[in-house]
Amino acid sequence: MTSTTSSTSTTSTDPARTGRPVPSDELLVEVDRLSINFPVGRSGFWGQHQQWVHAVDDVSFGIRRGETLGLVGESGSGKTTIGRAILRRIEPSSGWIRFRGQYITDTKGEELRKLRQYMQLVFQDPYASLNPRMTVLQLVAEPLVVHGRAKSIDAARRDVVKLLGRCGLPEDAADRHPHAFSGGQRQRIGIARALALRPAFIVADEPVSALDVSVRAQVVNLLQDLQHELGLTYLFIAHDLSVVRHISHRIAILYAGKLVELADSDAVYESPRHPYTEALLSSVPIPDPPLQRARRRIVLQGEIPNPIHPPPGCRFQTRCPLAQDRCRHEAPPLEEKSPGHRAACFFR
Amino acid sequence: MIGPADDAPVLEVDHLQIDFVTRRGTVHAVRDVSFTIAHGETVGLVGESGSGKSVTAQALLGMIELPGKIVGGDVRWKGESLVHGPGVRRTIERVRGAEIAMVFQDPMTSLDPVFTIGSQIVEVLRRHRRLGRKAAKARAVELLDLVGIANPAARIKQYPFEMSGGMRQRVLIAMALACEPALLVADEPTTALDVTIQAQILELIAELQRELQLAVLLITHDLGVVAGVCDRVAVMYAGKIVEDAPAADLYAEPAHPYTAGLLGSTPRLDIVLDRLVAIEGAPPDLRLPPPGCAYATRCPHAVERCEAEQPSLERFVALPLAGEASEEDAVLAEDELDDPARTGRTVACFRADDLRRQVVSA
Repeated sequence: MTSTTSSTSTTSTDPARTGRPVPSDELLVEVDRLSINFPVGRSGFWGQHQQWVHAVDDVSFGIRRGETLGLVGESGSGKTTIGRAILRRIEPSSGWIRFRGQYITDTKGEELRKLRQYMQLVFQDPYASLNPRMTVLQLVAEPLVVHGRAKSIDAARRDVVKLLGRCGLPEDAADRHPHAFSGGQRQRIGIARALALRPAFIVADEPVSALDVSVRAQVVNLLQDLQHELGLTYLFIAHDLSVVRHISHRIAILYAGKLVELADSDAVYESPRHPYTEALLSSVPIPDPPLQRARRRIVLQGEIPNPIHPPPGCRFQTRCPLAQDRCRHEAPPLEEKSPGHRAACFFR
Repeated sequence: MIGPADDAPVLEVDHLQIDFVTRRGTVHAVRDVSFTIAHGETVGLVGESGSGKSVTAQALLGMIELPGKIVGGDVRWKGESLVHGPGVRRTIERVRGAEIAMVFQDPMTSLDPVFTIGSQIVEVLRRHRRLGRKAAKARAVELLDLVGIANPAARIKQYPFEMSGGMRQRVLIAMALACEPALLVADEPTTALDVTIQAQILELIAELQRELQLAVLLITHDLGVVAGVCDRVAVMYAGKIVEDAPAADLYAEPAHPYTAGLLGSTPRLDIVLDRLVAIEGAPPDLRLPPPGCAYATRCPHAVERCEAEQPSLERFVALPLAGEASEEDAVLAEDELDDPARTGRTVACFRADDLRRQVVSA
């Protein structure tokens, strides 16, 4: 990619010492040919034509137990939609989702409620995602009571206090309200709430984007520690590639609703195959002036295409430096380019 | 500063202090901030939320409104005060837009949604430049072209909602450049944008800076954004500048522990670490700023003195780059104190010299 890729990658094999624990081979989550369309305004003389936003188009990937999969894309790429679909908060238009080997796409009612204990969401905005009228105890104990794991809020107090401590909050946090906490501490409360039911799988949707740099590092470290201790599996959704590289085992890159590349984290950074991935990586500024000034930057022209009328063929063809005639007619499939490294480009 | 008139700073911020009076007490948002910007220089002002970086920028153009108040210090543009004196409102009116222009974070709220972007640029040109309708329109097309908007003659008829975030930010930069200012103040200009669009806008700012000999004050929380663009970087913490240095030196050898902490907690694309070095704790409450160094409670190097006394910005001499460092060089560095090229660096830390020696002996 650039001359800046350094060789300082960790080669430590001791799982307890590396930032990323070694995942098992068992697939915890499988997404198979997932497409999601949203109806938007109508067009035509009487509005006969229903228009659709093609938010996610034919996306497949798996997440192993204990793994962190980074899901990266710019706004409108469909990354949040995929996360919500796995949690069954959004209905897919087509395709399948399996969790622990079970198809969950059609799960309903009581069964779905039970399923939700095992998969939880950490939100981006710690200011908007916590009810300001509830105490921290109520916020964290609520899921326990709802799912019948505790008789009452007060009965859950001991467990909640322990969990809050584990998430790095002060002892007296339980009886205070969210407004008494800083952004980083609120995000810790959000993480504690997500963990209350001891889920196996967490969708973290831009969990550190709203935080200041120094606090961001605290929360990233906490997420990593919790993964070590509890064997959690993460889908880590973000637009900040530096954070994603740091935390993820594998990375999936989305562009305009399509999965364009999926590989081990180091492979994505050291030998990206898709031209969009290359451009994305070269856009991320590196905090080192001589390096940053010497880097070869690929500045993409134009913008993400309109999701109501995506371009024919490859969705990246309108901005791609490699695009040729074939790309304008035919969509490149996501192919294995080298072991474990998939990319959707005809020319790479 | 001594030297030919060209080297004199265009902007001087001199011991600036800004308070916000709230029902729950007075927030000392900016506490004694001083820095200068020379003609054509690009300066980055870096800090986290609440560090006072945006408030400092607003003070440059008389944009501090109640409950905020400038309670001390001065801002001078080419020697004229923008804070004190009988004619200060008129000076600000004259300077704002025409000599100092500003671009904000959110390109949607800075544009008026009910007017076309063309009419908004034309308005600026007619008011500040006294251009006629036709000339202003022609100039607006030129400006949109300058900031890299394709097909500007058609775009000029569009409304802000018809454009993407990156496009709107380009329009705002075009508006800011309408009167050929000498200084562009950009407050988090890329924070709301996607990373590929951020790269486009940063490239644009760097290009314009070179072509138009523009001075730029880039305000951001992201050390990465500053690295590629700025000549000099000032780091703010809790309402004070803690370090001010040439960009390359600051990143190579941060002198203030907070700067070092910020760099340590920023994950890098090109380096994989097992664990980020987080700065524990949180910034102090600026209603009751601590008597000593505001960073002392979070600082791994703090000693008793740091909690009792406030360090002021002192000259700091950078060491030769890693690999070349030896005791001899450290002595040489002391001699170079008189070399103006090597003294353009200041830091507010009692322990900066001790820490530097530790680096040498290590």
